[in-house]
Amino acid sequence: MDQMFVNIKAALVGLSDKVFPDWVGVLVSIAVSIVAIALLGPLIMMYLTLIERKVVARMQNRIGPNRVGKYGLLQPLADGVKMLIKEDIVPRNADKVLHLLAPILIVAPALLVFAVLPFGRNMTAVDLNVGILFFAAISSIGTIGIFMAAWGSNNKFSVLGGMRSVAQMISYEIPMVMSVVPVLLAVGSLSTNAIVEAQADWHWFVFTPWGFLGCVIFFLCGVAECNRSPFDLAEAESEIIAGFHTEYSGMKFALFYMAEFMSAFTISGMTTTLFLGGWQGPLLPSWLWFFLKTYGLIFIMLWFRATLPRLRVDQLMALAWKFLLPLSLVNIVATCIWHFLSDEAFFTPAAFLVPLALLVFSYWGLMKLNQPYMPEKRVYPLVD
Amino acid sequence: MFFGLGILRGMNITLMNFIRSYTRKRGSGEIGALTTVQYPEERLPEKEKFRNFPFLIYDDKPEDLRCVACDICAQDCPPRCIYIVKETDEAGKPMKKPAVFDIDFTVCMNCGICEEVCPFDAIFMDHEFEIADSDRHDKLLYHRDDLLKTNEHFHKIRPNDGREVDTRLAEAKEAKAKKDEARKKAAEAKAAAKAKAEAEKATEAKEDKPPETEKESDPQ
Repeated sequence: MDQMFVNIKAALVGLSDKVFPDWVGVLVSIAVSIVAIALLGPLIMMYLTLIERKVVARMQNRIGPNRVGKYGLLQPLADGVKMLIKEDIVPRNADKVLHLLAPILIVAPALLVFAVLPFGRNMTAVDLNVGILFFAAISSIGTIGIFMAAWGSNNKFSVLGGMRSVAQMISYEIPMVMSVVPVLLAVGSLSTNAIVEAQADWHWFVFTPWGFLGCVIFFLCGVAECNRSPFDLAEAESEIIAGFHTEYSGMKFALFYMAEFMSAFTISGMTTTLFLGGWQGPLLPSWLWFFLKTYGLIFIMLWFRATLPRLRVDQLMALAWKFLLPLSLVNIVATCIWHFLSDEAFFTPAAFLVPLALLVFSYWGLMKLNQPYMPEKRVYPLVD
Repeated sequence: MFFGLGILRGMNITLMNFIRSYTRKRGSGEIGALTTVQYPEERLPEKEKFRNFPFLIYDDKPEDLRCVACDICAQDCPPRCIYIVKETDEAGKPMKKPAVFDIDFTVCMNCGICEEVCPFDAIFMDHEFEIADSDRHDKLLYHRDDLLKTNEHFHKIRPNDGREVDTRLAEAKEAKAKKDEARKKAAEAKAAAKAKAEAEKATEAKEDKPPETEKESDPQ
């Protein structure tokens, strides 16, 4: 059960090896992985839309879609058909090439990141030795796509949204990468497989003080990175209509949606991989563990969306630069202290408490420094 | 206080709502319970005072309309959506019955003034609201026969009003019957008196000479 998908792929490759020469087997192996991922991405996206609508509806005491199919399970298909038959409108003064390329350039990186996600034991499509670097590099290409869409639409709301998005992505990229550094320090490798294997036997990094903080910072930055609520300033409908995808309709719009949901999934999957032990877990098959943890994090994203109002631009920037970035730098120091005190063991009291104290202290200090200026309440003695 | 405590409190509220939407019974009115009524399959009970489009009431047979085609409702209708033509008998004399009674439901604004002004309790507001149609010219122009509904229907949708109207009508009928009887009696008495007087006159005339002078004294 654990190696079910691996075995299926091996059987397919073996089948081709019997008939064709060896190099065909290599091609078949590549093709199987690509097809699996190319199917998985859209499938995940389709059902994330349904899950999101259902979960948010329940949090607002509504039922959510339940008309198409049992429990609304066919709703994503109905939505897909609707999107496909919609008219594709291109503004007259738009930059036609950029307008066409932007959705493609957004979806492609979102799908590429799936290649380094370890879905289960031996289930990483490409075990890159620079997996994390690949992830950080590819996931920020989406920003270019967003700005292309904004610029190509020739619409002021689109450009506003695009500029917001770029500012936000650049800001949040830094604490995000900084919060990954502790993991790389602890593991000593950039490969996603190595990171997951280092977390065997419940040595999940989230159980260490620096790992917990790193997990929170990484996840928050990831939520900001894929433009999801409460960081969805780029598409703030109350201010700038739909931001960078104001001028998109039909399937192009669906592609933006797809990219957003797929990057939500990959961010959750990456958080799982880096801090929550990836596919490690008892009893259940490894891939099931991965999906359980990932969907747990996705639930938290939806939970954010149902709870939190949108941040203001200055609050967004302040959170990234004045709070998350210093904290993630301190986190690196805490990881080093943990590394030297723990002496190769996962848990020792000193190695747990000293970084914890450092982190709590710096959290408290940063909070004091970030306190907004509150003028004293004026007293009017003559009035009272 | 630490950053983020307010966020955690808010997230607790949404999570409790999420869980309670599954654990608490739908429509129970408890906090967190779902409130949705899935309309075509489920309906809220109709309120008696709910009003929508008017209908014409009849008592036993569709011919026994209470409506007398007095045209008051048509005159008082703010958007003028009622059109009435009186029925005429063979001699061309108008009868107390509508030949045409049309209500254009695309124009009707559901105000209920027709019901209030009707002195004969013949037109009432219905609870029927699902009259949507794709043709706004023919299908939503309701004619007399489409508007007819029984008194039982009225009692079903508005039991209190039905009772009130029935007692009122019964009282009016009784009063009318009494009045009729009184009038009849009076008429009879008058007739009797007249007959008597005439008889007396006749006897007098027989006894005396015919009073020709009296006739001349008449202004005619």
